[in-house]
Order: sequence, then C-alpha cells, then structure tokens
Amino acid sequence: MDTLIQYLQYFVNGITLGSIYALIALGYTMVYGILKFINFAHGDILMVGAYIGLLTYTALLGSSTSAVWMLAAFFIAMIISMAFCALLGMFIERVAYKPLRNANRLAPLLSAIGVSFILSNGAAWIFGAQSRRFPYPFDDTPIVIAGLSITPHQILTMAVSVIMMIVLTLFVNKTKMGKAMRATSLDQSTSELMGIDANKIISMTFAIGSALAAVGGILASFDFRVYASMGTMTGLKAFVAAVIGGIGNIQGAMIGGILLGVLESIGAPLLGIPSALRDTIAFAALIIILLVRPEGILGKNEREKV
Amino acid sequence: MLNFFLLIIIYAGIYALMAIGQNCITGNTGMLSLCHAGFFCIGSYTTAIMCKTFGLPFWFSLPVAAIISGFVGFLIGVPTLRLKGDYLCIATLGLGEIIRNIATNVNPVGMMSVPRAELFGYQFSSRNKFTFILLIWFFVAVAYILFRQLAHSRIGRAMIAVREDEVAAQSNGINVTKYKIGAFILGAGVGGTAGCFATAYTLTVQPSSFTFMVSVMVLCMVVLGGMGNLAGVILGAFIIEFISYFPQLVGLSSVIPAQASQIIYGLVLVVMMICRPQGILGRDKYRYGDPRTFTQKLSARLPGRKKEGV
Repeated sequence: MDTLIQYLQYFVNGITLGSIYALIALGYTMVYGILKFINFAHGDILMVGAYIGLLTYTALLGSSTSAVWMLAAFFIAMIISMAFCALLGMFIERVAYKPLRNANRLAPLLSAIGVSFILSNGAAWIFGAQSRRFPYPFDDTPIVIAGLSITPHQILTMAVSVIMMIVLTLFVNKTKMGKAMRATSLDQSTSELMGIDANKIISMTFAIGSALAAVGGILASFDFRVYASMGTMTGLKAFVAAVIGGIGNIQGAMIGGILLGVLESIGAPLLGIPSALRDTIAFAALIIILLVRPEGILGKNEREKV
Repeated sequence: MLNFFLLIIIYAGIYALMAIGQNCITGNTGMLSLCHAGFFCIGSYTTAIMCKTFGLPFWFSLPVAAIISGFVGFLIGVPTLRLKGDYLCIATLGLGEIIRNIATNVNPVGMMSVPRAELFGYQFSSRNKFTFILLIWFFVAVAYILFRQLAHSRIGRAMIAVREDEVAAQSNGINVTKYKIGAFILGAGVGGTAGCFATAYTLTVQPSSFTFMVSVMVLCMVVLGGMGNLAGVILGAFIIEFISYFPQLVGLSSVIPAQASQIIYGLVLVVMMICRPQGILGRDKYRYGDPRTFTQKLSARLPGRKKEGV
C-alpha cells in the first residue's frame, strides 16, 4: 500500500513536470510544423522568460506582503514576461532564421545553436552565474490527501498549463489566424497563393511559442531555480517530449510532455537506478522512440521523396 | 604572454584532432552529429584509467582509446544513423549527454595525478610546452595526412556522394549505411585520441568538463574553417582557441567576462551561416546553405532591385 502511494506520488510529480515540458514542447512543435526546423534557441527563451518573470515579480512586489497582491503580481509578471519573450522570439526569427529560409536544412539549425549560445552566455554575463530562487507567490505548504502530498505550486503549474493548452487549441482550431497557421503548416506555397502572409504567420508562430516558453520557464523555475543554463536541459527534454508525441503535432506535444514527465519521475525508482540518471532515461526514451516510431505517437509518417 | 600563446597552440592541436574527426562525420559525410564531447570523454577516461589504475604506458592507451571510442561510435552509429538531419543531431546530442551523465555518476570527482606520457625516458610535462606542442602537432599532421588521403580516395568520394545525395549515391551502388557508420567510427576514434592528449597534458580528468558546449565548439571549428576542408578545420580550431584565450593573452581577463568568448562562438555560427555558409576556406562547390554567392545575396538585399525567381 505504501509503495502504491509512493508511486502515485511520483505520478503526480511527473504530471506536474510533464505539463511544464508540454508547454515548452508546444513551441518546438509549432515551429517545426511550419518551418521544418528545430529551434534550438527555444530552451534559452524559456530561461529569458524565467529571468524576466523573476525580475518583474520582485520589482512589482516591492516590500508588500499582501497575499492578493502577491498572486496578482505573479500573473502580471507572467504576462509581461510572455510579451517580452514573444517579441524576442519574433526578433530572433527575423534576424537569424529568416535569411536562411531557403537554405539547406542544416544552416538554420546551426544558426539556432549559435543563437542559443548567445542567449545563455549573455544571460550568464548580465545576471551572474549564481542561481536564484523564484519565491512562491503564496504559502507553499503541501496539501495531503490520503497520503499523497500536493503542493499549491504544483496545482498552479497544472492549472496554468491546462488553461494555456486549451487557449492554444481553441486558437488554432477556431480562429481565422489559427486556420491560416494550419494552412501554412500543411503547404506554405499554396497557402501563400490563397492570400495568407506566410511571413506574418511564421512571426506569429514564433511569438506564440516563445510566450508559452516564458510561462513554462516561470513554472519550471519553482522546481529548478533560475540560472543562465536552465534552458539547455529543460529545452532539450521538452524537445524529446515533442518528438515522442510526434513533432509538428500540437496534441502530440501535450501528450508527449506529460508522458515524458511521468516516465522521468517514475522511471528511476521503478528501474532501481539513482535519480541522478533521470536525464539518461529521457534521452534513452528519445532514442527508443526514434528507432521504433520516428514519427512519434501522433505523427504522420512522411515518406521521403526523391 | 608567450605562455598563453603556447597554451593556445597546444589546445588548438587537441581540438584540431577533434575537429578533424568531426569533419569526417559532418564535413565529408554530411551527418550533423553533436556527441564529440562524449568521445573526448571516453578517450580521456581510457588514458586516465589505463595509465593510473593499471600503470600502463601512455602509448599503449592511445590506440586502445581510439578503438574504444570507435567502438562506442559504432554502437551509437548503428541505431542512430538511420535518422536524418535534425533527428540525428538531437539523438547524438542525447547520447553525448548520456555518456557525460554516466561518467558523472560513476566517477563524480574525476581523476587526479595521472602519470605523464613518456618517450624513450623523456617525460612530457606541461611545464615544457615546446615538446608538448611537437607531440600533439605531430599527431595532428598524421591525422591530417591520413584523412586527406582518405578524402581523395574512392572511400572519400563515396562519402561525399552520400553527403550530396543519398538516393543518388545508393543508386550508384554505394552502400550508404556502411559509409555512414564507417565515417562515424573514424571520427569517433580520432575524437578519442584527442581525449588522450588532453589527459596527458592536464593529467586530470573532470567529468563536468565534457559538456554539450565542447561538441558545439568542435562543430563551430568545422563550420568556421569550412566543412570538408581539412586545412580550414585546423584553421578553425586555431581561431576558436584564440578567441577563447584572447582575454588571458592580452591580460584583460578581469575586464572581459568569461562568457564573451562563448557569445562570440554563437555570433560566429549565426553570421557564418548567413554570410558564408561554406566557411572561411570552404569551396563554393561544397557550400551548405544558400546556393547564392555573397555578392548575389548582397545585391538582392539592395533596395530598388527585384529578387530573381519565385
């Protein structure tokens, strides 16, 4: 019974972690869906989001200890951070990826690695090498239900992620812009003939993905602290999640994220290996999925044409 | 000052070996792999364990390190080389991280005071940098000649065919998988020997030093110098090492932050990809990115002119 509760606990922790991965994975998947390239700098945008969120939150909060204002300041900080990252994402796309749109597939990938380096080292330069804690905007005493403990920040993480995913799904499926986005992802040149401004759609995709990454970054910083290279590992794992779910597929990214979070959380105790090897589990999962089903759980099988 | 200059030459040699290996994988065969840090790690540990734990001479550990990293390259290559482009990049990146992750967990403190390399009773110590430069650059020269011959041989031309068009290469009777795995093993083996020399120079192994960053640095050297061009790759290693030791070289390490050099690597990658995707010494024929030449691109950006084509 105790082990069952323990595993349920791992499961709950895994879902929290997974919902963060899912949020970040959405950015990878959306960009891949349209441009067919991996935005390596996405993980670092997450880090920038976390820093901006932390800075605006502490600035807004000042010396206030009012519970309501703390929560309000947190959400305001989150929105500011989303807006900043959206602009940053659009700027990066314009400067580093747009000139390479017709180039060989490796060129934008290398360019993205370069951008990722600039961002993470720039942040280490500006903010210093020390990691910072993101203060909880509320009292973070765990709530214990039948032996399972859930902290308020886990609930917040899950709630925010679910809301974001619902909003995104509605946006992509119900609005005209979302329709344009799906059209561009299906066939860019045809959609251009139908009067869709592909440049605008690509810019917007980067903006949305980056804003989601900012949210993911802020939520992740509760668990991981805020530091300049936080985006590298988290970003990579979110990418793994996107591949597991089927890259280019929005629902796939959500499922893949949750799955990876749970796998990472349960995998180490289940296999009886030290929890420091959880990164290994994530990458092993990636390699297995790439070998068994390279198109991912929900992905479509694309045949290469000569 | 002179000391740092010699240091740059030594590290440029070590990284040039790695970059030659990476060039074989990425430049010649066109596979974007990001796990050279892993091979470097394996080579370093092989030398450290053989020389320190088993007391064997350094020269014995050199081929063993090459064989072990080559074998790991084979193990990594067989499942992942079915993947293409970005997928391969991510899978190899993941494997590189797995190697580091395992090394950090098995041996978290690293290894200290590894015995020095010896040749006819002469000990190569880090104090006497000149002899070390001779040692490393001798092997760089050997690798250069070998890989140059390889690139100009039938095998090398098959590899280039694989890079240019897999389907076309296959239809001309080239066993794509065989050449891909072969290139990967060779690249991995050379990367492993670079690890041996790094251990022989510093006499320590730190598992935390084999990060993803090392792989990117090596890739940066290849891209900067010119993919597929060995002289360019060695030049790239020089430039990158020069950038990374520049603050110490001019005695401004207190003014210039440590991150500056890495920011420059990032800028180098982005700017090179946009302006000169074939690298400094790369030939137009082997270009990676935009098929237009630089002047064509420039004229396309000038206002008042229409872009050609669709």
